[in-house]
Amino acid sequence: MGTLVRGALYVGSARKCRTLLFDRRRLFSADVIGPSPHSEHAGTAAAGHGDDELYCRLYRTHIPTSPVQKALLAAGSGVAALLDPYRHDMVAVLGETTGELALRRLRDRMRGDPEGYQILQERPRIRVSTLDLERLGAMPDGSFGREYLRFLDENGVTPDSRADVKFVDDEELAFVIQRYREVHDLMHTLLGMPTNMLGEVVVKWFEAVQTGLPMCILGAVLGPLRLSARRLQLLTATLIPWALRNGMNAHCLLNVYYEQRWEQSLESLREELGIEPPPQL
Amino acid sequence: MASSGGVARTLCRLYYRFSVCRQCQRQVPNLSKTNRFAVSTRLYSEQRSTHFGFETVSEDEKTEKVYKVFENVAQKYDVMNDAMSLGIHRLWKDALMHLMSPTPGTLLLDVAGGTGDISFRFLDYIRFRQDREARRDTLSRQSASWQEITEAYQPGQSDTQGGVQAVVCDINKEMLKVGRQRAADRGYGTGLSWVVGNAEELPFDNDKFDFYTIAFGIRNVTHIDQALQEAHRVLKPGGRFLCLEFSRVSNPLLSRVYDAYSFQLIPVLGEVIAGDWKSYQYLVESIRRFPDQEEFKAMIEDAGFFKVQFHNLTGGVVAIHSGFKL
Repeated sequence: MGTLVRGALYVGSARKCRTLLFDRRRLFSADVIGPSPHSEHAGTAAAGHGDDELYCRLYRTHIPTSPVQKALLAAGSGVAALLDPYRHDMVAVLGETTGELALRRLRDRMRGDPEGYQILQERPRIRVSTLDLERLGAMPDGSFGREYLRFLDENGVTPDSRADVKFVDDEELAFVIQRYREVHDLMHTLLGMPTNMLGEVVVKWFEAVQTGLPMCILGAVLGPLRLSARRLQLLTATLIPWALRNGMNAHCLLNVYYEQRWEQSLESLREELGIEPPPQL
Repeated sequence: MASSGGVARTLCRLYYRFSVCRQCQRQVPNLSKTNRFAVSTRLYSEQRSTHFGFETVSEDEKTEKVYKVFENVAQKYDVMNDAMSLGIHRLWKDALMHLMSPTPGTLLLDVAGGTGDISFRFLDYIRFRQDREARRDTLSRQSASWQEITEAYQPGQSDTQGGVQAVVCDINKEMLKVGRQRAADRGYGTGLSWVVGNAEELPFDNDKFDFYTIAFGIRNVTHIDQALQEAHRVLKPGGRFLCLEFSRVSNPLLSRVYDAYSFQLIPVLGEVIAGDWKSYQYLVESIRRFPDQEEFKAMIEDAGFFKVQFHNLTGGVVAIHSGFKL
């Protein structure tokens, strides 16, 4: 399937509906949520559905949903995530179905910032295939790249474990939320928080202030319910005020082109972004 | 090909009967059939195409895709059945069993019977019948005939096939695995046999079985007529063919409610419970693609069955088709 199959269909008047172009190779290619500058309606016959109805799939993993379905998904995934917090796919679905307004605001903030705008244009992805882990490991201690790799090793996580975006009906917003998910681990590194329940709650508070996503707010409010009393006390006394302060004062973390900053030292990056070092526990 | 000024944004509202572009408020037409057909003939020039839900695929591809669907859903199959049908699927399967009314000593072939629901019910029914007979015998035994005394010395009914009363056949190994586990959990050790096989080409001899059932499986078969012919082949003369399958709802109001429920709720349930939207989307689409009651009855008659009838359950949501090989 290396040949590029183009089917151009002229849809309606030229003023409003442009020609329809489907790129079969792109639909099967690696997971870049790429812009389709030539299409208003992405063609789907090649990879997806569509004998009787046209499903407007805007990116490879897109599943179009009606408002009723989105509401049901939001409710169902919320319940499922509460019952079993290890179901990361349900947390992801909750974020996608409830976050449309917040994602638009985030996207506008990214557009307004030069580095954010560059990210929106170039669509970088953080995954094992795009990161050069050896190069990161060879960097000096204290540099951002080295500390990120240390964080991945110590906590036993990999950048490839993020769920794909399915239910966002705009491919630019889909990229924004995908970027948010991939940057989550980097936020852990910058804030110096581990991936246990306490660390995750702290990062959720920080993200709730920074992004305004309802899923983060819910996670921040309901997460502490599962903590022990001692940790809860620690959380409310020191960590939450620190996270809130940082969330409000710091630069928007989605506007940072991390891939160009691996060599920078962690301290200087924190200072640049306005993040206080984590409190000693 | 004109290019738009910036990155195009479209939000298409999807109601599964039409789609309307919010920007231009006009219906978006399908890609022309010639376009799609040209693509598929270029790549699959030998194969004919068939439907996979609302998608068009080659016939080989359909078998593979259906296999993958059931491989993915096997672990959560029973939970999802209960959730989707609100437990009513148990009543449907019980109705099938009551219609069948098997007697002890008969042999069942349950095709596409993966997780074993029909076979378990069959064994239960036979066991219930045997117990009832035994109780009646003890009650009515006042002066036993020589025949009865001889039979009383024999240990229970003689089962056919060396103890096997029901054979579960499925093309998918994962479903059979789940079925065997369930059988072990419920204590159905003897009396069941598990066979991997394709409904279009059954690995059994002619004239072997008294009953052939296929519950919610025949719509996944690529060539339904071949499956029906195989059913005719493996049944004994006098044997009965029974098919429990989703069918067409004739009542228009119920039909709309059913459609809305199917398309809006079931894929959502699939995503939330099983983490798999696409398999359950395929499920509801494949139901719409299956022929209706009369058409399917004609297909069964074409395969050589006599006295073909159908019984609608739940207003036509499911139908039991039955026919005899004479």
